[in-house]
Amino acid sequence: MSRYETVIGLEVHAHLKTRTKIFCACSTTFGSEPNENVCAVCSGMPGVLPVLNAMVPEYAAKMGLATGCEVNLKSVFARKNYFYPDLPKGYQISQFELPICEHGSVAIEVDGQRKVIGLTRIHMEEDAGKNIHSAAENASFVDLNRAGVPLIEIVSEPDMRSAEEAVAYLKELRSILLYLGICDGNMEEGSFRCDANVSIRPVGQEALGTRAELKNLNSFKHVQKAIEYEVARQIDLIEDGEDVVQETRLYNADKGTTHSMRGKEEAHDYRYFPDPDLVPLVLDPAWVEQWRAELPELPAAKRTRFMADYGLADYDAVLLTAELAVADYFEAAAKAYSGQARKIANWVVGDLLPSLGETGIAAGDCLLTPARLAGLLTLVDDGTISVKIGKDSFRDLCASGDDPAEYVRARGLAQVSDTGELEAMVDRVISENPAEVEAYRGGKTKLMSFFMGQVMRLSKGQANPGVVTKLIQQKLS
Amino acid sequence: MKISPQEVAKVARLARLDLPQDKLELFAGQLGDILGHMDKLAELDTDSVEPMYSPVEHTTVLRPDEPRKEHGRDEVLGNAPRQDGQFFIVPRIV
Amino acid sequence: MSALHTKTLTELAGLLQSREVTAVQAVGACLDRIEATEPAVRALITVMAGEAMARAETLDAEGPDPSKPLWGVPVVLKDLLTTRGVRTTCGSKILKDFVPFYDATAVARLREAGAVLIGKANMDEFAMGSSTENSAYFRTANPWDAERVPGGSSGGSGASVAAGQCFAALGTDTGGSIRLPASFCGIVGVKPTYGRVSRYGLIAYGSSLDQIGPMTRSVEDAARVLQVIAGHDPRDSTSVNAPVPDYLAGLGRDSLDGVTIGLPREYWGGGIDPEVEAACRAAVARAEALGARTVPLSLSLTDYAIATYYIIAMAEASSNLSRFDGVRFGHRSQGAEELIDMYTASRTEGFGDEVQRRIIMGTYVLSSGYYDAYYNKAAKVRRLLRQDFDAALGQCDFIAGPVCPTTAFRVGAKADPIQMYLMDIFTISLNLAGLPGMSLPVGLGTDSGMPVGLQLMGRPFEEADMLSVAACLERNLDPMPLPAL
Repeated sequence: MSRYETVIGLEVHAHLKTRTKIFCACSTTFGSEPNENVCAVCSGMPGVLPVLNAMVPEYAAKMGLATGCEVNLKSVFARKNYFYPDLPKGYQISQFELPICEHGSVAIEVDGQRKVIGLTRIHMEEDAGKNIHSAAENASFVDLNRAGVPLIEIVSEPDMRSAEEAVAYLKELRSILLYLGICDGNMEEGSFRCDANVSIRPVGQEALGTRAELKNLNSFKHVQKAIEYEVARQIDLIEDGEDVVQETRLYNADKGTTHSMRGKEEAHDYRYFPDPDLVPLVLDPAWVEQWRAELPELPAAKRTRFMADYGLADYDAVLLTAELAVADYFEAAAKAYSGQARKIANWVVGDLLPSLGETGIAAGDCLLTPARLAGLLTLVDDGTISVKIGKDSFRDLCASGDDPAEYVRARGLAQVSDTGELEAMVDRVISENPAEVEAYRGGKTKLMSFFMGQVMRLSKGQANPGVVTKLIQQKLS
Repeated sequence: MKISPQEVAKVARLARLDLPQDKLELFAGQLGDILGHMDKLAELDTDSVEPMYSPVEHTTVLRPDEPRKEHGRDEVLGNAPRQDGQFFIVPRIV
Repeated sequence: MSALHTKTLTELAGLLQSREVTAVQAVGACLDRIEATEPAVRALITVMAGEAMARAETLDAEGPDPSKPLWGVPVVLKDLLTTRGVRTTCGSKILKDFVPFYDATAVARLREAGAVLIGKANMDEFAMGSSTENSAYFRTANPWDAERVPGGSSGGSGASVAAGQCFAALGTDTGGSIRLPASFCGIVGVKPTYGRVSRYGLIAYGSSLDQIGPMTRSVEDAARVLQVIAGHDPRDSTSVNAPVPDYLAGLGRDSLDGVTIGLPREYWGGGIDPEVEAACRAAVARAEALGARTVPLSLSLTDYAIATYYIIAMAEASSNLSRFDGVRFGHRSQGAEELIDMYTASRTEGFGDEVQRRIIMGTYVLSSGYYDAYYNKAAKVRRLLRQDFDAALGQCDFIAGPVCPTTAFRVGAKADPIQMYLMDIFTISLNLAGLPGMSLPVGLGTDSGMPVGLQLMGRPFEEADMLSVAACLERNLDPMPLPAL
């Protein structure tokens, strides 16, 4: 049991999936040529002015409603002043004293323990552009396509006590964003970014220790490893009688370590003040109620309902609800299927998800539709095909979109269940393998799989395994 | 309310300005005088007054989420002291 | 026909519409006048001779268009207004080669109304100043007396109109920068209500204070220009979505019966030069003779206005000027090998002293530890000042007073920054309050022989009434002469 308690707070920046930037009508399409989605406003030219995108407060408020926040009907944009080439105006338009949402929470579960993480605030702001450094040319190249893309910054209370809790919180937050349809949640591409504030304190102490801010965390694994490394580093420092320095540290994925961003950290005085080019945002309470009514069933509620209505285990419920499209797929398939939903769950988790992962296709676009999956399981249930044939055909069916019954018919995959035919094959296998027969009769019952394999070979995989097993047992007993 | 040349230099650094010593001293004197005037405001009781950051009285100005491209990249890059047709180019960031 | 340049915009617009004068003739007359007067006056940083002539030729080929109220009229723009394809410097070296690819909305509206843009006017650098002595290029002379300043920061615009180089100029007013040069140069200058004219393309100094307005040789001229540039702009969130009234409709009034004019004791007390007070009181007496009633009032917070203004203006400016970093436009210092050095050198080389002083002051009052005592405090006092005005305007229709305690002062006379700031004492409160105001020339001072301007201040969005009162008074005062250039 450690003498130290870890305290973690997380700041998440999520790209909002609007068509245009927050303060100008430039497209937000990812992957465009450098500086193609740039205008006078988002490149900070002299004399230009910002105008707020109507979708941004809606998306931000919905995230607030989905996390139990108070939505502030009045919120104000403020300038955060600092110099950097990816920040064209020399200030970022953000929110400071009056953010759009405050005081929410997110429930997580780690090792079966449920915990509520406080959410301090959500505010709207604009993203900066991108700098590409070239050591060879001794220069930096600035692309402003991303400058002005709308972000919400989601700040948690320092309520997490382990890397696992941090990752669980991030996963849940991301899931909610995806359910709301307001963010892609892609950590590698940068549409979901996380900075971690990590400190330690002796167990029992109330005062917080000095914290380090960790950046460059590009996956959940990075978050986990970076926090673990940092906690160990801070403990070492304290045990050596040294102080933890308040600083920003970058995570190095290759080494699994964090290092100080020396030189960049001069004390930042952002000199926040309300942006005089924008007017206060005052939301009509009717809009907020409308947005509340438009919220989908959120991941936590869906998990609970899946477990209750479909008899699913917690583990499966979590996997099936991680993506809304997958959850919808599962439910549609379960409804189309006359058997137990648990069986559909098994196929979705065991076969569909891996297939989608490999092909990169979304659940909603899969050609093996929910109805067709139900059909496939029915073919197995009624003995038309074996489970093995069903599993082997899965990827083909996803690729082709064939109706499973047609597919089986066309390829002659139907199981052979006719006892007469099968008996002939079994007899042949027995007669051709006397040594194994003797060994089996001598006690090596594991050889059943050998005989099964031989019969399957003869039958080109179409022998009904259940019937074959019985026949072999009969004949060799 | 006096302000020292060192304080002026510190604030200047925040604003990415670099003043020679004689100017720092001149500014320190002038800015000190200006601050002296500004301290007069403390005479007024404003405890129950809402700040007025702008004369504007209307709120909530919104724009539809519809893309519009009014200028080509060459125009956007056209005034840059150094660019290559694609990027703005700056000295490396240490 | 007498020299074209002595005509008002209204007269010229009529002659152009009736084809008695062509656009090419009008532009040619202005270019001639510019050539003749610029060596002495130096009002313009850029003369758009080629563009103006080409535009005039195109207009003449198309023929006059009655739906375009400024068809063929040559107009000058303060060099703070972005003009597509034309160098726009803000009077600063940091923008000496900056060519915007977008028009300010007010500029686009002038173009749509058929105006011919003929020049970019000199100004105090980034609008920071009251005399145009802070221009990084050269100083502009007052057309009435070359040893005196034209006022600022729209000094080039004021001088250009007074010298007959154009028929109207757009200036900008943050703390008096239209009204003061109008007063010093003996012309009309109007600062609209905040939000009446779009700020898109107005290179920002004090974002919550700036407005674009007309500077002209007559009240009717100003009304015609304001009619074109006023109105809501979806590109400016602070522009007000309210209908624009007909500014010309009330200009013909011949009596001021029923009009109450307030005279704040703080604007008529000690510290005003006798010649200024005399000329302004004479104008007020004329207004009373026309039927106006005057009432004494008090704007008791006047003493606090300068500090409030400078804190807010400098704070906003320090942030607005951060974008001048040499990355995407403007001056970039050569030889800087590393980024922070490049920023610092570019800005230090590119900005003049007054600009640097205000950036540093603005950064200071926003910095942590000082925000509450200065910036936030000033914002609270601002509300009190506005309430002061609202109360005063509840007792009268317009407030009147001198624009400035003095007439145009001599070059170099206000070397101490605070002395210069005090020139704004009667004008800055209006920008803090966001109310409309204008300067009307009311005669020449008996000591200096220099023009005196009377200021009118009104309620929000009541420019039509204000122009109407001003027009009546103008018609009933001795005609204002033009400077002998």
